[in-house]
Amino acid sequence: MRIELQKRGNTSVLFSVLSPLLALALTLIAGAIMFGLLGKSPLNSLYIYFVEPLLDVWSLHELAIKAAPLILIAVGLSVCFRSNNWNIGAEGQFTIGAITGSILPVLNPEWHSPLILPLMLIMGMIGGALYAGIPALLKTRFNTNEILTSLMLVYIAQLFLDWLVRGPWRDPQGYNFPQTKSFQPEAVLPEILDSGRAHLGIVFALIAALALWFMMRFMLKGFQVSVLGQSERAGRFAGFSARKMVWFSMLLSGALAGLAGISEVSGSIGHVQPVISPGYGFTAIIVAFLGRLNPLGIIASGFVLALTYLGGEAAQLSLGISDKVSRVFQGLILFFVLSCDTLIHYRIRLILNPSAAQEGKS
Amino acid sequence: MFEAILLTVITASTPLVIAALGELVTERSGVLNLGVEGMMIMGAVAAFATAQLTGSAYLGILGGIVGGGIFSLLFGFLTLTLVANQVATGLALTILGLGLSGQIGEAFVGMPGVRLQPIVIPLLSDIPFFGRVLFSQDLIFYMSVALVFGISWFLFKSRAGLKMRAIGDSHGSAHALGINVVRTRYLAVLFGGACAGLAGAQLSLVYTPQWVENMTAGRGWIALALVVFASWRPLRVLAGGYLFGAVGIGQLHAQLLAQSGGIAIPSQLLSALPYVATIVVLIIISHNRRTTLINTPASLGKPFVPDR
Repeated sequence: MRIELQKRGNTSVLFSVLSPLLALALTLIAGAIMFGLLGKSPLNSLYIYFVEPLLDVWSLHELAIKAAPLILIAVGLSVCFRSNNWNIGAEGQFTIGAITGSILPVLNPEWHSPLILPLMLIMGMIGGALYAGIPALLKTRFNTNEILTSLMLVYIAQLFLDWLVRGPWRDPQGYNFPQTKSFQPEAVLPEILDSGRAHLGIVFALIAALALWFMMRFMLKGFQVSVLGQSERAGRFAGFSARKMVWFSMLLSGALAGLAGISEVSGSIGHVQPVISPGYGFTAIIVAFLGRLNPLGIIASGFVLALTYLGGEAAQLSLGISDKVSRVFQGLILFFVLSCDTLIHYRIRLILNPSAAQEGKS
Repeated sequence: MFEAILLTVITASTPLVIAALGELVTERSGVLNLGVEGMMIMGAVAAFATAQLTGSAYLGILGGIVGGGIFSLLFGFLTLTLVANQVATGLALTILGLGLSGQIGEAFVGMPGVRLQPIVIPLLSDIPFFGRVLFSQDLIFYMSVALVFGISWFLFKSRAGLKMRAIGDSHGSAHALGINVVRTRYLAVLFGGACAGLAGAQLSLVYTPQWVENMTAGRGWIALALVVFASWRPLRVLAGGYLFGAVGIGQLHAQLLAQSGGIAIPSQLLSALPYVATIVVLIIISHNRRTTLINTPASLGKPFVPDR
């Protein structure tokens, strides 16, 4: 048996829409098998994992809290990936954004001005952008591979955060816990509804997604992103600068990751601590691909991946399965999305008897 | 003292050398597999589990190789058969590997591991200094040295190696000459996965014989950088691997020294050194665009669909 690919004349519109759904269906099937292997009832487990978290108001708020950073980071990454710049260090930019954004409340806990929150958000974005600027500088100036440098910077950022909260930023009255003082109320991102914890982060995420969708669809910049991403040569003939695009896409995605970082710290944690993210920066890569690198698709996929986090917690509580299961689900989703995307560009033919097929052709 | 430090450097460098060698072969065939970290951690957990269940560290090594190899075939199927994007698939492999290994390893957390015992080579090990450093090592160290020279010979002296390099530099031409591009690449990916698995086995059987989640700690990524550093040449991988290993061990000793001497160097700063070193090395190696272009396999990362 052999699998043969045939290039389609045009990309298939049907499969562009269908492929993410197909991928999700395959993930569910694989998940059912996995639960079965762990000795749990597959259907009941899937229900607890993917449906139950959607049934009460409290967990819908949690869903929005987790979807916010994923969407914010992923829409930025989609611009990077479309322009062929592989920023995979969003986790580090998230961390640095959280740190720079927290400078004001940590160092001035007595400053009770309504100005503090907007300043924090802006500083978070600047921090994230500057941190993403490092791989951009290294790529444009020294021709260094941005995949490896941006990833190495993740480890460095996490160690820096660890040092900060155990050292200079530690709350002296905190019983030796490695964390800062809780932020003053003015420095906390407000909740959007009275019914729960969901904060303004999700609003930022939706605005960012819509703005980038508009840019990619209707603005010259968006066109430049697509052209340079598909063919740098073609872009050069049109007078677009690949070098500027590296800077643009990296700074943009870094700023959004930084905003996600400070929103998370200010909105849902309330202080700075050694671990502030369950891998949002990496999961956002999956969100970007599941949303087919389209900002509107990313809104939907952000909620799907947020659900895998909640489901992991639910499975831990009511099934006694470790929450590592959510990482497995996330990896599976990306695998299936990438496989299903083949259907958009190619027709897949299964050839059961290769020699017969050869004869038939000649 | 010096001898002891040298021994720890060797232990720290061996997994980097092995994983980088595997990736070197994969990349020489024109495939960029960013999933080294994922294959390595799968190798580590497979090796630990096998050793734990059978009681034999040697079967553990085998388990690591098989675990990493099978996992790499997943990457091969997606990128070679379904021509999915290699960068994205490699990332998927890493994410899935980290999750799956955590899930599998859950049962082994906190268990004392089976340590791979050194093999003392008679006569040679009696040589002063070198005997104890080089000839009283474990099997995986000897394998790493054999791999360096074996791969050197294969790539530059054998017919199959020449064909593989041809595929890596121009898969279209190689295909026109009748070389089976996809099959060769599958084998290269499988070899890369087996090496990453072996490197992982070294971590969970020799370096720290126990199972700790995420115990690869970015070594797979450092191995990827090492391939660039070595400009796709096996002997330079050996040199680079030991350089990186020495940086890693050096920072550990610096931490101990700082602690005992009461000097306030933050341990995090020292822990960040290997990652900083990786970036610095990448800058030094890549800044000359022309030599980079000459050394990089020309088809690296490009999709290939055979036209029949």
